[in-house]
Order: sequence, then C-alpha cells, then structure tokens
Amino acid sequence: MRALFPDGVPHPWLKPGVFIGSLAPIPVMIWRGTHGQLGADVVATVLNQLGYLALTFLIASLLCTPLRLVAGWSWGIRLRRMLGLFAFSYASLHFLTYLVIDQSLNLRAVVDDIRKRNFILVGFLALVLLLPLAITSTDRMVRRLGFARWKRLHRLAYVAGGLGVIHFIWRVKADLREPLIFTSILAGALALRILGALRLRARRKVAPRAGMAG
Amino acid sequence: MKLPKEPKASEITPESLYLRRREFIKNIALLAATAAGVGATLVALSGGKRVKGKVPPPAPGQGPPLAAARSPYSTEESQTPLEDVTTYNNFYEFGTDKSDPARNAHTLKPRPWTVSIGGEVVKPQVLDIDKILKLFPLEERIYRMRCVEAWSMVIPWLGFPLGKLLERAQPTGRAKFVAFTTLLDPEQMPGQKREVLDWPYVEGLRLDEATHPLALLAIGLYGRELPNQNGAPIRLVVPWKYGFKGIKSIVKIHLVAEQPPTTWNLAAPNEYGFYSNVNPAVDHPRWSQATERRIGELSRRKTLPFNGYADEVSRLYSGMDLRKFF
Repeated sequence: MRALFPDGVPHPWLKPGVFIGSLAPIPVMIWRGTHGQLGADVVATVLNQLGYLALTFLIASLLCTPLRLVAGWSWGIRLRRMLGLFAFSYASLHFLTYLVIDQSLNLRAVVDDIRKRNFILVGFLALVLLLPLAITSTDRMVRRLGFARWKRLHRLAYVAGGLGVIHFIWRVKADLREPLIFTSILAGALALRILGALRLRARRKVAPRAGMAG
Repeated sequence: MKLPKEPKASEITPESLYLRRREFIKNIALLAATAAGVGATLVALSGGKRVKGKVPPPAPGQGPPLAAARSPYSTEESQTPLEDVTTYNNFYEFGTDKSDPARNAHTLKPRPWTVSIGGEVVKPQVLDIDKILKLFPLEERIYRMRCVEAWSMVIPWLGFPLGKLLERAQPTGRAKFVAFTTLLDPEQMPGQKREVLDWPYVEGLRLDEATHPLALLAIGLYGRELPNQNGAPIRLVVPWKYGFKGIKSIVKIHLVAEQPPTTWNLAAPNEYGFYSNVNPAVDHPRWSQATERRIGELSRRKTLPFNGYADEVSRLYSGMDLRKFF
C-alpha cells in the first residue's frame, strides 16, 4: 500500500493512473487487429496510430511547464518525465513497425527512404533527438549533468516536437486539419515558455538577487 | 460466566492502517478513473475514427446480379475481399479518411443520373444511366488497382470500354483529349463543403489512352452495380495509372483539343502529373513508388511498370521521357 501510494505525495493516484491509461492503446490495438477492426491496411493503421500517440505524448509533455505558468498547475510537472518517456516509447514502436513490418527489414530501402525523403528524414531525426533525452531522464543523470546543462539539453524536446509535426504535415495529401491542430498547440506551448522566460528575466532585472525562482 | 476471550494484540488492526483504508479505497478509485479516462482519450484520439460506429458492413453492391462476359484482360491474381474494396476508399467528396466514404456515401443518389457527352464531337448527347447500361454488353474485368499512396488491390469490375462510348459520340478531328467531371452537389457529397480540393473533381486522358481497350467505364464490381463509395453509378478505371485517375460518379465527358486540368495536379503539380502512369522508377516526392502493399498482405511487393500492363500500353508512350511526363 505504501509503495503504491507513498505518504506526503499530493494526488498519489495520478501518476499510476496516467501510466496505466497510457499503456491502454497497445492492448486495444492488438485486440482490434486480431478482430479485423484495423481496416484494410492494418500496417498503415498501426503505423499511423503509433505515430499519432508518439506526437500526442511529446506535445503533452511539452505542455506541463506552460500549464504551471498559466494555470498554476504543478501536478503536470510530476508527469512530465513519464509522458516524455511514453513519447519516446511510442515513437520507437512506430519506427520499429516501419522497419520490421512495413519494410521487412530491408535496410537499403530504409536508408534510401531516410536519405531521399524529407518526410521520413524529419521523423527519423525527431526519434534520434529523443534518444539522448530518454537516456538522460533518470535522477542520476540529472545530477551527473548538473541541472542547468540537463535543462538546456532537454530543450531539444521542442525541436523534436517541431520535427514530429512537420513529419505529420508532410505525410498527408490534402487534409491538413489534424496536423495543424498539433502545430498550433506546440506553437502555443513554445510561445508561453518564451513569454515566461522573458517575464522572469524582466523581474530579475528589477530585483536582482531576489533569490531563486521557485 | 466466562467472558469472550480478548483478541490477541497482534490481531488488532493498527489505528493508522484503519484510518488509511478509506484513503486507500479512494485512491484506488481515482487511479482507476484516471487510467480509464486517459486510456479512452488516447484510443479515441489515435484510432477512434477508423472504427467509429463499428466497421461498416460490406456493401453488397446495388440491384440484382448482373450478367457479364469474361475478359482476356482479367488477371488471375487473387481478388481483394469485397469488404476491403468497399470500406477502404479515397473519395474525398465523402471525407478524407479512407473509412469515411463507406459511412457517408449513402447521401449520394445514383438515380436519376445523366452523363453528358460533348465538346469536340459530331453527336453531343445526354444519356440516362439506365440507357448507358443497355448500350454495350457488360464485361467483367479483374484489374490490379495501384493507389498513388503505395497500396494496391485486385478488383473485379463490371463495365465496358470507354472507347465504345466515345465512338458513339464521334470525336471530331480536333479532339485530342478527354475531360471528365464528377458531380458537384455538396448536399449529396458533403465533403465538397470543405475546400480540401478544388471541386468538382476533374480528370483527363489523352484520346489514344482513352480509346485503349483497357480503359474501362465501370458501372459495377463483384457482379453488382457500384456501391456509392466506389463511385456509383459510373466511374473510370485506368489500370495502368494511379488510382486517382479513376474519376468517380461521372456526370460529364467532354472531348477537347488541349490537355485538360486535373484535380490532384492542380492541388500539387510537383507531386501528381497529368499522366500519372504507375512507375516504380519515378518516386512521389515524399515517398517511394518502388514497392506497394497489396491489401491483405503484410510485407510489400515490387511495383511493376505500368502496374503490370506494360505489354499492352507502353507503346502509347514510346519516345516520351516518363520522368518529365510523370
């Protein structure tokens, strides 16, 4: 009991609840796949859904800090690492589905795709950028890098988010509604972060040495 | 009298735990609710649309079974199941998701329906669809269908060669191209209320392509009239070209002197050419055309030049640079 809901943590149900919910798409996808409910092109559907999930988690992880800035919600920060790791996991599954099932491990075709096609290149780059972030996501790595450096490194998440959104935009043929919704949420999050940073800087100028920002 | 024995001290629930039980149940309930909420949201966002309202039942096609002669142009390859042929469609007039047409195309009214044939012809005419059905003997043509999105199907169409209908109208000497137009009616085709493409959908062929015996006007599939989502009541099938050349629900066929505009070419001229012959050597700018996934198969297969119809049609393009005229 103590392990599941440690003392002194507000909303102790939140993190395990989000964790289990975030895994849910996988069994649902498997069940639908084995019951003929993933459409005529199962591989394409699985690819699309995994990519969609990766981008959703990545953007959700990038919303945690802006939500605290705007609404004062600090619970998001406690979810941020987990959301980011889910983004990385779903992006990896997305890539593995492409590599193993869609391309049948034809490495030459995959390298060709990445080299020749910007749409695939930007998606691949987004995944590559997420890798160091996933590796340095542990408390130990934060200590080892030092918080300032760790923070700078993890700004790459925004770059990955941008590349992921471009990957989505370039994939569709004509209907840009969904990718543009993702784009505007990402742009909004980024704008709030910049605004927050500017405000912090302005405050520091007025009252230097006012202490650490909480 | 003997008093009941007092419980051993070790059997008494500690007070802290006793108080915690309520808290624990509350936390478990909130955890479950969060998990369900997050899970349901993710499933709905990432995959809800594709299975909304269950998978639509396979459309049986319309009307009674139709008699049709077999054709030497038919392939022996195994046919894509009716369910996939009728639930996996690109028909943006009914939505941009491939499952949208099966759900939304019921608003299309394939009767009454007329097709006007005009332009550079000696005998312009407006033909009722039921008249067209009686003009020529129906053939069954089992064709490969290669979509520009790198998937493919094998579909048993019913129809007649486009050339026969054109011949009936007698093209003049000035006629060099054939221009096709889909119905424009946002009430019947709700997808036209959004400007995803420049409506109505238009397509075109060079006259020699249009009169090639493989070029088919299809009025049915799997032995019955076309389901709405497949382009009822009459559509074009050009098996050596990417699927989008096969314009659906045609209302107008005009013979013209100049190359007519085509919808996807207007939308993205660098991605979709006028010819759009299936060509594994010329990639779409954003993806490879070297391979395709046959619907129902997991791994990809090689795409063939002219979708495997090179023997029949490559002479139409002799001397042409197919990279330039993609």
